[in-house]
Amino acid sequence: MRKFRESLIEKFILLNGLASILFVILIFFFLAKDGVALFKTVRLSDFLFGIFWDPLAEPPQFGIVPLFLGSLMVTFGATAISVPLGIACAIFIGEIAPRWMREFLKAGVELLAAIPSIVIGFIGMTMMAPFVKKMFSLPTGLTALSGAIALAFMAIPTIVSIMEDAISAVPRSYREGSFALGATHWQTIYRVIIPAASSGIVASVMLGIGRVIGETMAVMMITGNAAVIPRTILEPVRTMTATIAAEMGETVRGSDHYFALFAVGMVLFLITFAINLIADAALHRERK
Amino acid sequence: MKLSPKWKQRIAFSVLGLASVVVIVPVIVIFSILIEKGLPAINWEFLTAMPRMGMRAGGIFPAIAGTMYLVLGTIVVALPLGVLAAVYLVEYARQNWMTRMIEVAIVNLAGVPSVVYGLFGLGLFVIFLKFGSSILAGSLTLSIMVLPVIITASKEALSSVPQSFREASLALGVSKWQTIRCIVLPNALPGILTGTILGVSRAAGETAPILFTVAAFYLPRLPKSVFDQCMALPYHLYVLSTQVPNVNPKIQYGTALVLVALVFILNFLAIVVRAHIRGKKQW
Repeated sequence: MRKFRESLIEKFILLNGLASILFVILIFFFLAKDGVALFKTVRLSDFLFGIFWDPLAEPPQFGIVPLFLGSLMVTFGATAISVPLGIACAIFIGEIAPRWMREFLKAGVELLAAIPSIVIGFIGMTMMAPFVKKMFSLPTGLTALSGAIALAFMAIPTIVSIMEDAISAVPRSYREGSFALGATHWQTIYRVIIPAASSGIVASVMLGIGRVIGETMAVMMITGNAAVIPRTILEPVRTMTATIAAEMGETVRGSDHYFALFAVGMVLFLITFAINLIADAALHRERK
Repeated sequence: MKLSPKWKQRIAFSVLGLASVVVIVPVIVIFSILIEKGLPAINWEFLTAMPRMGMRAGGIFPAIAGTMYLVLGTIVVALPLGVLAAVYLVEYARQNWMTRMIEVAIVNLAGVPSVVYGLFGLGLFVIFLKFGSSILAGSLTLSIMVLPVIITASKEALSSVPQSFREASLALGVSKWQTIRCIVLPNALPGILTGTILGVSRAAGETAPILFTVAAFYLPRLPKSVFDQCMALPYHLYVLSTQVPNVNPKIQYGTALVLVALVFILNFLAIVVRAHIRGKKQW
């Protein structure tokens, strides 16, 4: 009797363990179910390579290219800002800063991570956008650049925390060996510690990018929401995430527009899935 | 001129320190702005009254209450599911391909964009299961989103319970499940709670997953059941700052400050719980 109960409980717990796999499959299934329905009326190539996104035009245009380029531009900008800053900050926290400063910086980074994205978007919209507008004398401050700056600060906590873990995982003996050979602290950092922590760098950058691509609310409020192919980073853009969030409320359930937004969601899911697999592989390799 | 290694080090360290300043200063600026501009808006009426005049006056009580409901709903669903999943991974799972699959799935759940969770919640809970736009659909969507956080934290808490505790219990003839329930879980509880609070604090601040699954634009009454829509703080801030013209900035900043304060109270709670266990642990 007791054995029976135990095995029953064990099966129930196994089910809970398997739930994560189930949810990933369910997410993909429910995105694909409505996303694929778009291709009954719109050709796949028109969706993937179409350069106009205009659901209200006659006939409606569902080309993902401007949205994809919008996401790409914002992500690229945010990565260019957040990766060097994040890595530098992690090295400073992990290697150089005295104890009190380390605690202070870590608390600051944790605070940054806890600010909801809508608040970042709100502050970015009311405070930073006018600043960007004035600085580059633009017609509007709601540009890809403003979005990139805001998103960089949302990616930095991810990059700093993973990077710092990777740095502190470098064995003490590496450091001591380098010092014993007469290297300075800085030479030790960039010749020994950074190479030894390189897979952590890959993982932190990938997860930072994943965070940026998927970010929705801040980007929707700051980037100006113009679904056209951007030429420079000082123009308004619209990302894939912002398009879904902004337009879903106006669509009719079961219309092509509705299906098109699910198709965009599917593309997003596949991109972040790939990014996460790469990051996980890097972290897994490091652990071995 | 060639720089000596010592000078190179000085320059490099200054650059790294400067980068850290660039990271930290905006955090301080954001908080000063929120407090300076938001604090004057906050009074008893703002926190406890219904919105009036198309949300341009009055309070934000239904949004605060709505966020509380969503947080509670998320805990009810995600806590047991996450803890049991962690129990499986730590106590039962063997090192095989299935365990690796589960781990990869958790990593991927953590990386799914929040707006994609919104689409998924719309497709599965709102439409397919016919819950409609409701607290139930929103809580379920948020629960799946925070599940990876709770599982990861619970796993860590469970594996930090010393192996000898389990062995002592098993040696007394206690079954495996009873050992987990009476020995391992109580010892891991504070760590599990910390992770759960951090997870729901994230859920409390998210907007995109609730956009299509629960959030009501303007609903000046409290929900009556889990099948009702409700307002929520993050969505309310979004509405106030982009959808309603001529809102007094004081109300916008006040709402932002309340939201941030709520998230921070939750985070602070997690830190207190964590500090409490560090002090009490005997092993």
